[in-house]
Amino acid sequence: MSTLNRTTALAAALALVAGCAAHRSAEAPQPAYSGSKLGLGSTPTSAELAHYFSYPADGRGLPPGSGSYAQGQKVYQAKCMACHGEKLEGTKIGDKLIGGRGTLVNNSPAKPPVKTVESYWPYASTLFDYVKRSMPFNAPGSLSDDEVYALAAYILGEANIVPKGQTMNAAALASVQMPNRNGFVSPDPRPDVH
Amino acid sequence: MNDEKTLRRIEAMIEAEARYLAQQKARAPGAPPPRITGRRSFLAAAAAGASLLPTIVRAKAPAGAVERAVPADPTKEQGTPTNDDGGYGSRSQFETETRWRFGTATRESSWTMTPLETGMGVITPSGLHFERHHGGIATIDPSRHSLVVHGMVEQPKKYSMADIRRFPSISRTMFIECSGNGLTEWSKPTLKTVQGTHGLTSTSEWTGVPLALVLKESGLKPGAKWVLAEGADAAVMTRSIPLEKCLDDAFIAYGQNGEAIRPEQGYPIRLVLPGWEGNTHIKWLRRLEVSDVPFMTREETSKYTDLMPNGTARQFTFVMEAKSVITFPSGDMRLPGPGFYEVTGLAWSGRGKITRLEVSADGGKTWADAHLQGPVLPICHTRFRFPWFWDGKPAVLQSRATDETGYVQPTLRQLVDVRGLNGPLGSIYHLNAIQSWAVAGDGRVTNVHA
Repeated sequence: MSTLNRTTALAAALALVAGCAAHRSAEAPQPAYSGSKLGLGSTPTSAELAHYFSYPADGRGLPPGSGSYAQGQKVYQAKCMACHGEKLEGTKIGDKLIGGRGTLVNNSPAKPPVKTVESYWPYASTLFDYVKRSMPFNAPGSLSDDEVYALAAYILGEANIVPKGQTMNAAALASVQMPNRNGFVSPDPRPDVH
Repeated sequence: MNDEKTLRRIEAMIEAEARYLAQQKARAPGAPPPRITGRRSFLAAAAAGASLLPTIVRAKAPAGAVERAVPADPTKEQGTPTNDDGGYGSRSQFETETRWRFGTATRESSWTMTPLETGMGVITPSGLHFERHHGGIATIDPSRHSLVVHGMVEQPKKYSMADIRRFPSISRTMFIECSGNGLTEWSKPTLKTVQGTHGLTSTSEWTGVPLALVLKESGLKPGAKWVLAEGADAAVMTRSIPLEKCLDDAFIAYGQNGEAIRPEQGYPIRLVLPGWEGNTHIKWLRRLEVSDVPFMTREETSKYTDLMPNGTARQFTFVMEAKSVITFPSGDMRLPGPGFYEVTGLAWSGRGKITRLEVSADGGKTWADAHLQGPVLPICHTRFRFPWFWDGKPAVLQSRATDETGYVQPTLRQLVDVRGLNGPLGSIYHLNAIQSWAVAGDGRVTNVHA
């Protein structure tokens, strides 16, 4: 980055801080010092940073590797089925993963909407990110990237979102169009009651 | 939130509340002493036999208390030796309120409710602060924990917990509320007590480091707009936070009510975002990644979003709007008879200070101003009090809060008119409607929709 860019960035950041300070609640506590940088902390090594991951909707940063529907089915049966059910229908412990399309438009208190990966989740990247970081519940973070790709191929295949022959990898996952891709609205419209 | 699963849980929650109420009633003054069983009963029986006196020993002290023998006259014998508690105090064995757990299928992804009905003032004792965990309570050695700041920054950073404590600090007394507070109450009155209907809000004094100072150490790159916060629990919980909030009043807390924050509140550090829904206050914070886009994590897509009847879901609904509830009298209590009562409760708003609190005893037909206990702090539980002479006739008590933006707490009907009821749990999150407690002629208080 050029010096000019760096200066611009700093100015932009300072402007943001100043802009926020203007509408900040007057009684929010302020630190006794907020001057120049303090020089605290150390620089993490690239090996340390490589330990972390998070994949936004465009799939940037998704790791190498791949997995098929058939491989995913095996992983699912061994590590997921106990909680999510033989047919991905969910159990007392694990969420239902497929089905529910067409149930989101509803204004009846008697009829619950069915929110699943298939019907509700807007991005396939989220499926990869979440399964890799938190699943399975009894051994979180234990799956290999290939296993997670395979599970994505299996779950999205069972959900009829991608063909069952589709192998999942970084590019394929990022290009999946989820059924509820356009189902979310922001920014927050509240206050909505006056 | 998976609605079908949550619906099944509600049955378990009703049972959990009923169990808690039965336990509390068994412990009430005048209740027969609990039966003594197991090893303790043997010891107690031995002790009783030795002294040949009918020593009363409870089967089990309430959580947070130490069971001690109660002398017939405390002026006639020495009390407990000084510092007998090991140097960290405990509450009276006669105080029994506790958090109770929502009956989720696993105990790791679950939540507990604060007993607001017994609370006093505005501070929630640290041990009664509500909890919501997605992968259990992480046990973290602070000497092995660090916070990493990276992504669209000029200089990635890693901070030890000692580093974090060297930053300039602030303290702030404020509420944190789970956006799911009241989710059982959208379509019909479901739980009996204020702990069940409103117990997912608590107030502590939090101490820590302004996030703006931490980000300044790294320097932001142009185009930075969001910050991912990540926890070091088994859920490796993540939420994307707009940069504007991070540079405004967000802070990284290591202190709660004058001591290190509790493990269940994110020890050694948690993110605090004043006025925003509780799940964004990432506990056991280990990483902040600056980005140009939100990460669309599971929690901010499939879970903490509000589904409307037209099939679209509101996303990034961060602010907790003004809300209040009467904590005395409240559900499952019984007034002994007509006469004077001090109606009291809590009001709070994620947008600032509470400026007005009105109470109605006739289901919202007429209102009168309640007294606000000062100092009234922004984004903080505010205690209100209202003198009430009950004539013994059926009444419906309500409270209505107004905050400094002029926002007035809505009725449930107003909320449902706008947000609909997409299933029995409605849009699940952000129910901030006026609560109604019916007082029957016999003094019994119940949760009603009025």
